[in-house]
Amino acid sequence: MSKITVSATVNGDAADFVCDATETLLDVLRDRLGLTGAKEGCGTGDCGACSVILNDRLVCACLVLGAEAQGAKIETVEGLANGETLHPLQRKFIEHAALQCGVCTPGFLVAAKSLIDHNPDPTEEQVRYWLAGNLCRCTGYDKIVRAVLDAAAEMREANHAA
Amino acid sequence: MDATPKPKKFIGAGHSTSHDSAARHVAGSATYIDDIREPEGTVHLAPGYAAKAACGRIAKCDLQAVRNYPGVVTVLTAADIPGVNDCSPGAGDDPVLAQTHITFHGQPIFCVVAETRLAARRAARLAIIEIEAEKPNVTVEDALAANKDVLPSYQFKRGDAAKAIADAPHQITDSFRIGGQEHFYLEGQIALAIPRENGEMLIHSSTQHPSEVQHVVAHMLGVADAAITCECRRMGGGFGGKESQAGQWAALAALATYKTGRAAKLRLDRDDDMIMTGKRHDFRVDWQAGFDASGRIQAVDTQLLSRCGVSADLSQGVNDRTMFHSDNGYFYPELSIFSRRLHTNTVSNTAFRGFGGPQGMVFAERMMEAIAIQTGLDPLDVRKRNYYTKGRDVTPYGQKVVDNILPEITAELERTSDYRKRAKAIKTFNDQSPILKKGIALTPVKFGISFTLASLNQAGALVHVYTDGSVQVNHGGTEMGQGLYTKVAQIVASEFGIPLEDVRITATTTDKVPNTSPTAASAGADLNGMAASRAAITIRDRLGEHAAKLWDVLPKQIRFEEGQVKAARKSMSFAALAKSAQLARIQLSATGFYATPDIHWDRAKAHGSPFFYFAYGAACSQVTIDTLTGEMTVDRVDILHDVGKSLNPAIDLGQIEGGFVQGMGWLTTEELVYDAQGKLRTHAPSTYKIPCASDVPSDFRTKLWKSDGNKSPTIFRSKAVGEPPVMLAISVYCAILRAVGSLNPAKLPPLDAPATPEMILRACRAMES
Ligand code: FES
Ligand code: FES
Repeated sequence: MSKITVSATVNGDAADFVCDATETLLDVLRDRLGLTGAKEGCGTGDCGACSVILNDRLVCACLVLGAEAQGAKIETVEGLANGETLHPLQRKFIEHAALQCGVCTPGFLVAAKSLIDHNPDPTEEQVRYWLAGNLCRCTGYDKIVRAVLDAAAEMREANHAA
Repeated sequence: MDATPKPKKFIGAGHSTSHDSAARHVAGSATYIDDIREPEGTVHLAPGYAAKAACGRIAKCDLQAVRNYPGVVTVLTAADIPGVNDCSPGAGDDPVLAQTHITFHGQPIFCVVAETRLAARRAARLAIIEIEAEKPNVTVEDALAANKDVLPSYQFKRGDAAKAIADAPHQITDSFRIGGQEHFYLEGQIALAIPRENGEMLIHSSTQHPSEVQHVVAHMLGVADAAITCECRRMGGGFGGKESQAGQWAALAALATYKTGRAAKLRLDRDDDMIMTGKRHDFRVDWQAGFDASGRIQAVDTQLLSRCGVSADLSQGVNDRTMFHSDNGYFYPELSIFSRRLHTNTVSNTAFRGFGGPQGMVFAERMMEAIAIQTGLDPLDVRKRNYYTKGRDVTPYGQKVVDNILPEITAELERTSDYRKRAKAIKTFNDQSPILKKGIALTPVKFGISFTLASLNQAGALVHVYTDGSVQVNHGGTEMGQGLYTKVAQIVASEFGIPLEDVRITATTTDKVPNTSPTAASAGADLNGMAASRAAITIRDRLGEHAAKLWDVLPKQIRFEEGQVKAARKSMSFAALAKSAQLARIQLSATGFYATPDIHWDRAKAHGSPFFYFAYGAACSQVTIDTLTGEMTVDRVDILHDVGKSLNPAIDLGQIEGGFVQGMGWLTTEELVYDAQGKLRTHAPSTYKIPCASDVPSDFRTKLWKSDGNKSPTIFRSKAVGEPPVMLAISVYCAILRAVGSLNPAKLPPLDAPATPEMILRACRAMES
């Protein structure tokens, strides 16, 4: 099978890679670019563990082909923090103990970031429905929802002050 | 930049601190097995099975097309196994690869080894397999008709239940079903085998039981246990599904390494994982009870008929625990609790958080509701009337209940949840609302802590102090998200009086702490925390003696606190003392060992005190159902749960909420559907629905019971918290039952679990007739 050459931007940096035509973006990120934050929970678009942001849209990386990323802007959990400074969502997830085994956490963080990007002031119901595509088997979700609401509030305040 | 180092925090046991891996979880840098950088030349595996049949002789297994697929390195079959073809936890009845017959749909017959995961998975589908198919036994009824069991039946008895029921003023007879449950750990089964010299192997396995994986692999390869090391840093969830079920995949990875000399990884595809690994046992429960007009039980006669699948696996312990918890918190003066462990041609059912206990408790709580309906009493009053009390305090298996706090917990939750007022308001609502109906229920949990197989109640730990004052801890417990590593680190930090960040917990591995028990039965912190504490105390005593000599004081005058070692007016840092002790040739490493005291169980006589103590809790749930569609929403949940003196309140609250939601999924949306051919039709998250964020009530109030501490001498008087909260969710099932019951207050709703919308709708219809 001939390989495809792809140029994309991942977390703000140029990323060039070759992949097979059938390879998913998730496999490319994990196996070719060494970004193992996104996980495969199902491989069929049902669990959200592989969530990444592709051209400002929240997608399941297991349902996107690597080849489709040509020219795209991709954001993953690895790009959330700014150097040593955690993203407010990351901080709030730790503060609220919104994680246990942690496998779902990267997907939730990326999905929540995408929500706040689109809607800086979500209601609790909006948070719950936006995150309904992300499965967590450990936490029972309450602390995740609280963490997201809290982070959104903090980010609004920071924006206000700025 | 500010160069002053951050002051270290002293977060010992009893304080909330975040999970030890939290910073890495949010960065996406916590390493799960699939994230470990693969050694050069790693091969990938995919198991193959007969797509069309469940059981019968393997008439043909043509693997030519599989072998010819590009990228395939080799194909493993039973003939490749140099040792014993078994991955069972003891009974010898679970082949790693089927050889002459298959016994359930999805049973692996071969395993492809390829250069890439994709090639292996694609090739696995190309096998031509013919099975002389026999008719599988799929349901409880099939197994009863065939009269086939995986293990002998077992019974608890007291008095003459049948006679006492007949003599009682009131009787009920009922039969209902309780569904199974898929674990749906978000990280599926995975193992990575890495060759070492001299035939040795390192196995990274996502397992709750590294010692068993080590043993299974060694046995299968025909080498000494000592040649195999099994390591697990963390799992992406376990819930019992990686207690015995991790062995097969580790064995296959090891077999591929044995055959190819290359590192080998097997990560199961989600569908394969759901088809090939065991689940929570499902039951049909046939029961009768006799009681008086006040709702007080006089006798209970119950038959617990479980589908165990094709092999023994852990079914003895699981079904025993169903029996142990068929009383929940209630006294049955006379009783017969009878359990059958039925053989079906379905994947062997296994451990799942609660280990059979939840099913026993669902029975007890349905019985309470049934008695309430027949007597016209409020179910909470029926429950209270049957609680264990002085003089009525011996369980069906002879253990006296001496630490009961259910009356107190219930009273407090009844008050804080406003149960009575809401129950009244719901009655009014239901009288006026023709379509939507509400229900509320407050149910208790009493859960016995200890493995009922006494030998498993032991743990080991290994603690090293280094000369800079930093500490490494290793123990036999595994981390699956429950925060065990964090709790054990807190315990060790407390014993040494040093900051938590100076304590490092390292991956669980069989070459540091051998012959361990599985991390199960909620006992992880109880057992391993105690072992680690003992190891730390051994070293602390040596350090104390050394300091006493240096300062010419008595060892008992030495105190370890806030990173310092002190006596009278002398003090030095913990690090300085460690360094000084090392120069004085004092050993700074120690093992610790703990075996739970005071437990005994005579299984043949069905009598003893198998549990070190009980954990208690209660939950009050309110639901609304739509009687035209069966749709159900949980409106509010109040939980009050007993963890003794909490080792870490934040972690314990997380366990309680998460356990509750998992139990709620089991009883409401998670439905395992096997067709008549024995094929599981719900084998992916697209068809098998675990709760998501929008299914959980926004009004979710969880509180820890203010405890003076466990009456039994556990580590810092804490109580186990892993499993008991699952059973708090029985309040949701009972609330749904109440809502359905409002349609016809004299009738016990024929509501099986899970109470899916379809089930609720059927039950509503049945109420009208
Ligand atoms: S792995 Fe992509 S949605 Fe589950
Ligand atoms: S923390 Fe384990 S799946 Fe969410």
